[in-house]
Amino acid sequence: MNDTFDLRISESHIEVHKFHGGTILLCVIFALVLQAFLPVYITKASILDLPLLITIYFGLSRRNPSTGLLLGTFIGLLQDSLSKTPIGLFGIAKTVIGYLASSIGARLDTEHPLARFALTAAFFALHQGIVVLVQKLLLAQPQPWFTMRLLIACIVNAILGVFLYHFLDRLRKS
Amino acid sequence: MAGLPSRHRSLFLLAGVVLLQVLMLAVQIRRDSQSRLIRVWTVSAVSPVERSGAWGIGKVRDAWRHYFALSDTARRNEDLIRENGQLKLEIMQLQSKSAEADRLASLLNFKQKQAKVPMILARVIGASADANSAVVYLDQGLHEGIGKNMGVITPEGVVGKVIESYGDTSQVLLVTDRDSGVGAMIADSRVHGQVGGMGERLLDMKHLGADDEVKIGDPVVTSGMDRIFPKDLPIGTISQVKSGPTFKQIRVRPSANIERLEEVIVLLTTGPLSMKQEAPAAGNAAVTPPSPQPISGLTNTKPAEKHP
Repeated sequence: MNDTFDLRISESHIEVHKFHGGTILLCVIFALVLQAFLPVYITKASILDLPLLITIYFGLSRRNPSTGLLLGTFIGLLQDSLSKTPIGLFGIAKTVIGYLASSIGARLDTEHPLARFALTAAFFALHQGIVVLVQKLLLAQPQPWFTMRLLIACIVNAILGVFLYHFLDRLRKS
Repeated sequence: MAGLPSRHRSLFLLAGVVLLQVLMLAVQIRRDSQSRLIRVWTVSAVSPVERSGAWGIGKVRDAWRHYFALSDTARRNEDLIRENGQLKLEIMQLQSKSAEADRLASLLNFKQKQAKVPMILARVIGASADANSAVVYLDQGLHEGIGKNMGVITPEGVVGKVIESYGDTSQVLLVTDRDSGVGAMIADSRVHGQVGGMGERLLDMKHLGADDEVKIGDPVVTSGMDRIFPKDLPIGTISQVKSGPTFKQIRVRPSANIERLEEVIVLLTTGPLSMKQEAPAAGNAAVTPPSPQPISGLTNTKPAEKHP
């Protein structure tokens, strides 16, 4: 996985970011391990979706739809293989999120915390929607579209995302 | 593809990758293959980190509990929790119609006498990476004889069953998961039903008719009909009852502390477990009811399958 990249400086003067080598891979592995590890000790941590936050962040930063969607696929498939779900469920959802995040990142300024909060909440809802849709259509598993737990999870993940992205910004090459 | 503009190229790529995964899902559903190879690789890569993390956290927590945070109180608390667990079991058995003196006595020695049942202690080292499913990983697997569909319990009650087993790790589907199901019955009335998860803390008890007598606080135990768990293991207590036209809507609070699992017991068999009837001691004969079924006397009718 190539971690250093240049953003095309478009007419909107979107900043160019680079990451140190291995940063993305380490972040992905760390997020997956933490996702599988935290709920054992902190039950409430199961509402977090750290792999999704990582997909969104690097999608928004990369601003290249092809690499964004491939990163989403990679993370989603790894998450599937650590779950009991059929391989591909989260893969599909995160592929779409990776693509959309990269596409939006190339057009909008996504550095402001409020923009990041709104985007993360929207992507979380969309991700959940895709997962439920795939479960209903392909796996014939009835799942609710909306629950209070999902709403809380959406807000919590969006808030965590703002702080996490701020931390991840520090890993950029200056 | 080379002649296409960049935006269209990525759209084609998106469609291709999504389609590929849809096909992969379809293949898994048709063949029920579960793409085992990628799971084995990922679990093998992640479980050592989880194992060392669990070890590290265990050490730090032990040090904190025993050296910094009121060492005597923490130890006494642990003893009381252990004693509380044994007393809960004792109460469950007393409430059962088939309870008797030697059953109670054997329950008090639960740990010692469970040596007769093929079982192994395992530590919970990880949870599911998917927030919608209730799955945990154990630090024991194929090498220790753990295989698919083996029951997982704690002294407090039923925990779940093994759904996948790897070299030194196994994956357990908890009773709270939507896909789980355990053959169950009301301990007092012996009315049979099925307990399953709802993706939340409480369990759902199905197939109890509108005329069946059920009340809040009734203990629910395993019926043994699922051929995974032996009869009369505690599952939980009824916490809500709503009447319906055909079936009652019943919620069960699990006896085992599913949200705080640290160590569990895996029943090392996929064959049926039957109760061994122990001969009552001469002194106890007068107080012994005729149908004793001690948990401690569990025997395995089929030896545990050893996997390579």
